[in-house]
Amino acid sequence: MPSRETVMYAVEFEVNGENRTLQVRAADILLYTLRDSFGLTGSKSGCDNGDCGTCTLLVDNVPLKACLMLTVEANGRRIKTIEGLSNSPVQHAFVRNQAFQCGYCTPGFIVNCEGLRIVNPHANEETIQVWLESNICRCTSYEEIHRAVKEVFSMRNQNVKS
Amino acid sequence: MIPFNFEYYKPLSVEHAVEWFQLLQQQGKKPVYYAGGTEIITWARTHAIRPGAVIDLKAIPECNVMDLNEDQLIIGACVTLSAISAANHFELLSETASGVADQTVRNKITLGGNICGNIYYREAVLPLLLANTRMVIAGIQGLRESSIHQIFAQKLRLENGEFLVQTRTDRSYLSLPFIHYKKRQIGNFGYPLVTVAALKKEHQIYTAYSGVCSFPFRSALIDHTLNDSSTPLAARIEKAIEQLPAPLLHNVEGSARYRKFVLKQTMADAVYALESR
Repeated sequence: MPSRETVMYAVEFEVNGENRTLQVRAADILLYTLRDSFGLTGSKSGCDNGDCGTCTLLVDNVPLKACLMLTVEANGRRIKTIEGLSNSPVQHAFVRNQAFQCGYCTPGFIVNCEGLRIVNPHANEETIQVWLESNICRCTSYEEIHRAVKEVFSMRNQNVKS
Repeated sequence: MIPFNFEYYKPLSVEHAVEWFQLLQQQGKKPVYYAGGTEIITWARTHAIRPGAVIDLKAIPECNVMDLNEDQLIIGACVTLSAISAANHFELLSETASGVADQTVRNKITLGGNICGNIYYREAVLPLLLANTRMVIAGIQGLRESSIHQIFAQKLRLENGEFLVQTRTDRSYLSLPFIHYKKRQIGNFGYPLVTVAALKKEHQIYTAYSGVCSFPFRSALIDHTLNDSSTPLAARIEKAIEQLPAPLLHNVEGSARYRKFVLKQTMADAVYALESR
């Protein structure tokens, strides 16, 4: 009888500053690997289709939807999840502006905003709008989220000026 | 979650990619080429496809170049749409690419994936059709370079085991006057109702369309009609609509009738905008 063992692949990547290694199926999705193998449940499963943004994380400082990434693709990369943004300026801005209700979409928004802050620290209103369209919130009217994000960039610009 | 297993390969060269495809196919493993993977992952998750192996092209150097030299703009098929927009070497392509999906997904969708995917909008191909881009294809016979018009008919016509390596666009097209209009059912992201891309070269307007029929296209017949300045614009538009290469799409984004209405207005806007430039 032919062997039906699943082929496993060794992957190694950095998650929130820690090196991690494990064996995965090629078909394993990064979102579920982070949640199930590492207990990093901050990135959520909302649609599994790349539409809602609740699974957003940073891969080499670029926001990506973890539901659209194979774990094997993360080999050698640096990943930052919402857990790695604890006490960050973006997180504080969201708290100050009460930019959440149920909180399910919040990690994705915070990570995406952090990604924008890294990639384009002088992002204008138009760029902020384009980036935030990657995430959906069903609870709020987006006003508080928008205010929080704008605050991050206003604070950044003030720091630069001074 | 993808409920079945497949094998994963990440070749470092064009030759290895082609060789492994042939070998895996001979082994009956139904290989597919993999770049951004957004389409493959979502379709595998819903059981729409079931590859036995994926060959990830992202480590192949030629697939990752973005080089603007004296003569042409060369873009590797694995370059993401967001990188293309950010570099902005070809403004029409930047704008078209930035209308696909949303920003975060564009960080994963590649030029090659958008053009070669099975989702029929393939919007990133519109500027390439207009710019008479040349396509570099890898296959068992090695590399070949063809005009996009010789190998793109509704979709990229590749032989078994071939994949798109690069696109090469003549520099003379990159800064021509252009327009890009993407009309959606609602909001600022998502699939198009109608996308019209156009550029003007030597006093002639050239147009390309996505979302109108079940494939993106450029039509010499339509362009000839739209450029006939002896006829009033409204009459040109009516005639151009009759010259569509296939029936208007009728789907969840909009009915054929509504598409026709939107297309007429968008065509008129495009011609009006470019005629004056």
